[in-house]
Amino acid sequence: MGWFRKNKQAAPPPVSKEELWVVCSSCTAHIFKEEWESSGKVCPKCGHHERLTAWERINMLIDPGTFREINSGITVTDHLKFVDAKGSYVEKAKEAREKTGLLEAVVTGYGRLHGMAVAMAVMDFRFLGGSLGSGTGEKIYLASCYALRHRLPFIIVSASGGARMHEGIISLMQMPKTCAGIAKLHKARIPYISVLTDPTTGGVSASFAMVGDINIAEPGALIGFAGKRVIEQTIKQELPPGFQTAEYLLEHGFIDAIVPRKEMKDFLSRTLKYWKP
Amino acid sequence: MGLDFEKPLEELEARIAELTRLNADPNAHYDDEIARLKKEWSELRRQIYSNLTAWQTVQVARHPQRPTIRDYIKGIFSEFIELHGDRCFGDDQSIIGGFATLEKHRVVVVGHQKGKTTEENIKANFGMANPEGYRKAMRLMKLAEKYGLPVLSFVDTPGAYPGIDAEARGQAEAIARNLTVMSDLETPIITVITGEGGSGGAIGIGMGDVVLMLSHAVYSVISPEGCASILWRDGAKAPEAAEALKITAPCLLKLGVIDEIIEEPPGGAHSDPDAAIAAVKRALLRHLKRISRRKIAARRCEKYAAIGRFVKKQKAI
Repeated sequence: MGWFRKNKQAAPPPVSKEELWVVCSSCTAHIFKEEWESSGKVCPKCGHHERLTAWERINMLIDPGTFREINSGITVTDHLKFVDAKGSYVEKAKEAREKTGLLEAVVTGYGRLHGMAVAMAVMDFRFLGGSLGSGTGEKIYLASCYALRHRLPFIIVSASGGARMHEGIISLMQMPKTCAGIAKLHKARIPYISVLTDPTTGGVSASFAMVGDINIAEPGALIGFAGKRVIEQTIKQELPPGFQTAEYLLEHGFIDAIVPRKEMKDFLSRTLKYWKP
Repeated sequence: MGLDFEKPLEELEARIAELTRLNADPNAHYDDEIARLKKEWSELRRQIYSNLTAWQTVQVARHPQRPTIRDYIKGIFSEFIELHGDRCFGDDQSIIGGFATLEKHRVVVVGHQKGKTTEENIKANFGMANPEGYRKAMRLMKLAEKYGLPVLSFVDTPGAYPGIDAEARGQAEAIARNLTVMSDLETPIITVITGEGGSGGAIGIGMGDVVLMLSHAVYSVISPEGCASILWRDGAKAPEAAEALKITAPCLLKLGVIDEIIEEPPGGAHSDPDAAIAAVKRALLRHLKRISRRKIAARRCEKYAAIGRFVKKQKAI
């Protein structure tokens, strides 16, 4: 074999740009992927907190190997036999399941947070926009019941556009249902901490997400009741900059603290220590 | 001003009016014809109103002459002492309330207020409450609990107001807080959906132990127009969205979200407000007499926990 011939088999596999770099969706900076992952998908340049999946969040907050999922079999129910212009709810739900590997827009369970046993519900925006379907509401309600039964502090991490239109009124009824679960915790003196992440709006912000003993938000998260477009159409004027952000809510007195992602676990642990079981 | 599907009725009305005018002539003999047309008119109206589509029902539920909470209060209660303000910010006229007496029952009433004239509607913000409205309702419900009075809540709103100030003062928190307070309220809550049950704005005072609904009222997670513009990408598809969302009383009864339908008079509540108000009064009295206070908050929570409960055996999607 001539010295000038290339040995094709020995050539390293080409590495695509996408595999090495991540582009921040806020400041468009190119971040080395390893750095991106190790920072919990927070941009080191601008501090933008990228949305996390439910399992990424759980892994970040719960001690390794201690999380046990409950009610994992609960999934979508098509109460209305809903069909819109783009197809049926059944098909949409199926797509969401395939895309995310989840059966609903929330993962619930229990585990340890710096050694302290807690019950938890973590929403996943990728599943139909984290919308509050009957399965979502049921899982959150049952997780609050689990927390009540075992006297565990309850944490919900919200990420949701609000109600799930495809389930119509049944979706709306998940608001009182989840709040009924939270009310029982309040009465039993069991902590309920609400963590609001980007975005938390509509029927989720107007139910369990806003009534934590402590409401915590991630920096820059969109949090509000009505959609920006709806408000603009109603009042016929542009919205002020920074409207409906975590910082706006802090200023108006609706959240207790804005906590960066990398400090969230410690913050939760430190606050929960003030509870006497 | 009639609704589009009432056109055939208006045509008949015009003919009746014309014949009545001609009949003024002493030589005219239109009495039988007029009587026949009047009978035809009421039969036609009955037919139209018993076959309304979901979208037509929305039009009836939003009818400007539909009785408002002020009409219900006047027609149902022998006394009403209005109480004002949320003790934090102001007095929202989109939700009103106070002490009221229904025969021998003393109650606390809260409800959305719409107006019939433009002036009234501006004052009531078209029934779209701000956070202080929900907080006033919460204060009155807690007062009811303290005084051992049942709460009667009247729902009629396009939705909670979507505005900058509403957000700044915590619209989401106000509704969420009400849901949590109602979950724990140790006094009966009887809710009547009288017109539009607009999403979070409706449930914000509507978490009843018993939920009654007028036969041409609607109750929905989103307005048909809003749903159409999102899922159909065309607000004009509201009639389709209205159908798909299952927002009419019979659908909601089947879904277990409401407990009872109060029949409206043949041409809708706006055609005969007194009859509609009397029907609501009868239903309220019946429920006030039989509702038990025993473990009422726990039973309320159980009722709502059961809505949309996951059933394993069903065909999974």
